[in-house]
Amino acid sequence: MPTYSAPVKDIKFLLHDYFNLQKLEHIPAFAEATPDLLDAILDEAAKINENVFQPLNLSGDGQGCRLEDGKVITPDGFKEAYAQYLEGGWQGMTGDVKYGGQGLPQTLGLLLNEIMVSANWGFAMYPGLTKGATESIYAWGTDEQKEKYLPKMYSAEWAGTMNLTEPHCGTDLGLLTTKAVPQDDGSYKITGTKIFISAGDHDLTENIIHLVLAKIPGGPDGVKGISLFIVPRDIINDDGSVGANNGVSCGSLEEKMGIHSNATCVMNYDEATGYLLGDKHKGMKAMFTMMNEARLGVAIQGLAIAEVAQQNAVAYANDRLQGRALTGPQNPDAKADPIMVHPDVRRMLMTNRAFIEGSRAMTVWAGILVDTTREHPDEAEREKAEELLALITPVLKSYLTDQGVEAASRALQCFGGHGYIREWGMEQFLRDSRIAPIYEGTNGIQAMDLIGRKLPANGGAAIRAYFEMVQTFIDDNKTNDALSNYMPGLEKANGRLQAASMWLMQNGMSNPNNAGAGAHYYLNLLALVTMAYFWADMAKKAHEMIAAGEGDKEFLENKLITADFFYGHMLPETAALKAKIEAGATSVMGLDAHSF
Amino acid sequence: MKILVPVKRVIDYNVKVRVKADNTGVELANVKMSMNPFDEIAVEEALRIKEAGNAEEIIVVSIGPAQAQETLRTALAMGADRAILVKTDDLVEPLAVAKILKAIVAEETPELVILGKQAIDDDCNQTGQMLAALLEWPQGTFASEVKLGEGTVNVTREVDGGLETVKLTLPAVVTADLRLNEPRYASLPNIMKAKRKPLDTKEPSDYGVDTARRLTTLKVEEPAKRASGIIVENIAELVTKLRDEAGVI
Repeated sequence: MPTYSAPVKDIKFLLHDYFNLQKLEHIPAFAEATPDLLDAILDEAAKINENVFQPLNLSGDGQGCRLEDGKVITPDGFKEAYAQYLEGGWQGMTGDVKYGGQGLPQTLGLLLNEIMVSANWGFAMYPGLTKGATESIYAWGTDEQKEKYLPKMYSAEWAGTMNLTEPHCGTDLGLLTTKAVPQDDGSYKITGTKIFISAGDHDLTENIIHLVLAKIPGGPDGVKGISLFIVPRDIINDDGSVGANNGVSCGSLEEKMGIHSNATCVMNYDEATGYLLGDKHKGMKAMFTMMNEARLGVAIQGLAIAEVAQQNAVAYANDRLQGRALTGPQNPDAKADPIMVHPDVRRMLMTNRAFIEGSRAMTVWAGILVDTTREHPDEAEREKAEELLALITPVLKSYLTDQGVEAASRALQCFGGHGYIREWGMEQFLRDSRIAPIYEGTNGIQAMDLIGRKLPANGGAAIRAYFEMVQTFIDDNKTNDALSNYMPGLEKANGRLQAASMWLMQNGMSNPNNAGAGAHYYLNLLALVTMAYFWADMAKKAHEMIAAGEGDKEFLENKLITADFFYGHMLPETAALKAKIEAGATSVMGLDAHSF
Repeated sequence: MKILVPVKRVIDYNVKVRVKADNTGVELANVKMSMNPFDEIAVEEALRIKEAGNAEEIIVVSIGPAQAQETLRTALAMGADRAILVKTDDLVEPLAVAKILKAIVAEETPELVILGKQAIDDDCNQTGQMLAALLEWPQGTFASEVKLGEGTVNVTREVDGGLETVKLTLPAVVTADLRLNEPRYASLPNIMKAKRKPLDTKEPSDYGVDTARRLTTLKVEEPAKRASGIIVENIAELVTKLRDEAGVI
């Protein structure tokens, strides 16, 4: 059975040494988050995830959810584990203290999300969806709505979901048909069918608060006529108690490739009472509050699955004796060496390691940007963070989830045939990982969002701010001897990204297919340059700490070796990506559709 | 009544312990440390007694380096009320620990001291017994069940032959065994509250205790590696080998 130990040491390095959150105390969420408190929270979160949620991962996958008498039953042990989660008061961690939250930084929330997904992805999605729903209610709800829903959702007594997709409408939400008919008392009657609703129904909480996109009859056509509604599964009485069903039911459960322990529901709304959240016909805007946050959450799922798959692959590679090292026996007392001695096994494990630690730095950065956009006292800083965050969100969502699948696959490969056998748990990681490039906007959509929306937004302000950040780092560190392994590579890769940006601007205008054909490559190029920036900067920090005799020397030296691996074995990919972008759309679009 | 719970900061039970290159001890630099698991059980038991309405205050105390504060905060996050850190960088032996605890008992006047039966780093299993002797209090060691009565406590002990129940007159010392309870996870709100709970810092000299070691460690070594096994052809060969080579039959 697979095991998991939360990567608390790496997280602490990022929070305390590399990003030094204490420098951010002017942002209120960080003021309270002193290092000793963060450590205490991380250590305790690690314990409950390792000991309570993780042991249910494999069994939850095998058993899955079931629908009985119109109610969804989660796998054995989930109810008890959720009760411990509720008891622990974890759900309200980043919530406003006014509504019973703990007011801690979103940055910390993202890191704990990583730990929880590594421990048990299917389980983690139930609270994860609640978090997304509370973000929307907090951002767009009236005071009355916030008081009604947030305390019960922060306490995890009630769950939440998001309902977008319908049978005939996925990416193109303008096509949706769910109706919201206004009533005299200001509420609406919601009728329609939603599909692919994660955590749509379950037995973990006393109520579920659905956020549902629907159209008010007579409103504008397409996405401009969509509104967002709060639709409780069960009616909430005036005294706050939960009453009868509100015309909301789960019609069926999807049979799917992975995340079996999370209920993916067809949801039927039959004149269910709903309450408008935000403005009429402005549902898309309100929904994107939930969506942007959810996209970062999904990005982290890629990182999380890579981490847990990697831990098990490392343990196996150290344990499994097969063959001899190319340079002669390393384990002469036994009949064979552990497969860790083989460079090809190392190639897989080092690629995963460089990806994992590099993306963890990128997600902490994104988390700090989220906190900055919300709470920084200086408006200019908030705006700059918003632009960078908007730019980097699709990059993280797509790159981390694509690579999460690759990393899970590489980790499985280390097991040879045993990786393909269920009881080792590696094939579950690979199956689970495969949803992340699809949901919350497919990775193709993320690439289009980056090229079509994020790059040109505000006259290209975001990408200019990004290039300025990278260029400043290059200028400041070009002559730093300690970084001589990195700076030439970073400068080259950054040059490729700039050239590719120029090429897309020149050739995407004349033929949009050039932009579309290069979008995925461009996104990966931007991701690799960002990761290169963080690897060089982390290496700088590691050098400084070693020189000052601070920290764990072995840990820091391993950072340097991993940075070397990234620069030698992963960053060169940027040359290929640039070439693929510049190859343009001609051959991509050349075949007639009937020739396929 | 008040309950005093001494806790020790030890190498985490998940860590693979490595011996220092110079054989003077085990490697503690950059190693994960946490509360001695038996002490966690002791804290949990004290919390349950308090939650049942049989105690008003739980004081946790640790004798160790400045970082033992983290261990005390963990106990506070679980629900203890306040903490005392007796700060010393010395490796304090059980007798000195017991003497310091005796002095703290005199100041705090608890009616019950609950502590782990032993620490998983040195496995001494002495502090509770020595403290009881110094205080001239009754002791109930290796507890798997603790039941409070009127001015008494019934302690079920895990002994070699099974379970033994002793009735102690309070005040008393109880040492916790593995099966006494399953410690809770600290909740997030309690972790945050723990930051503001009182934590006093003292030194061994405040209690007039000399922590100088009375034992000298000569050498610390890893256990010998297990030699590779052999496969025998039949029972007769096995018996011969057990008799002639191993000399066990």
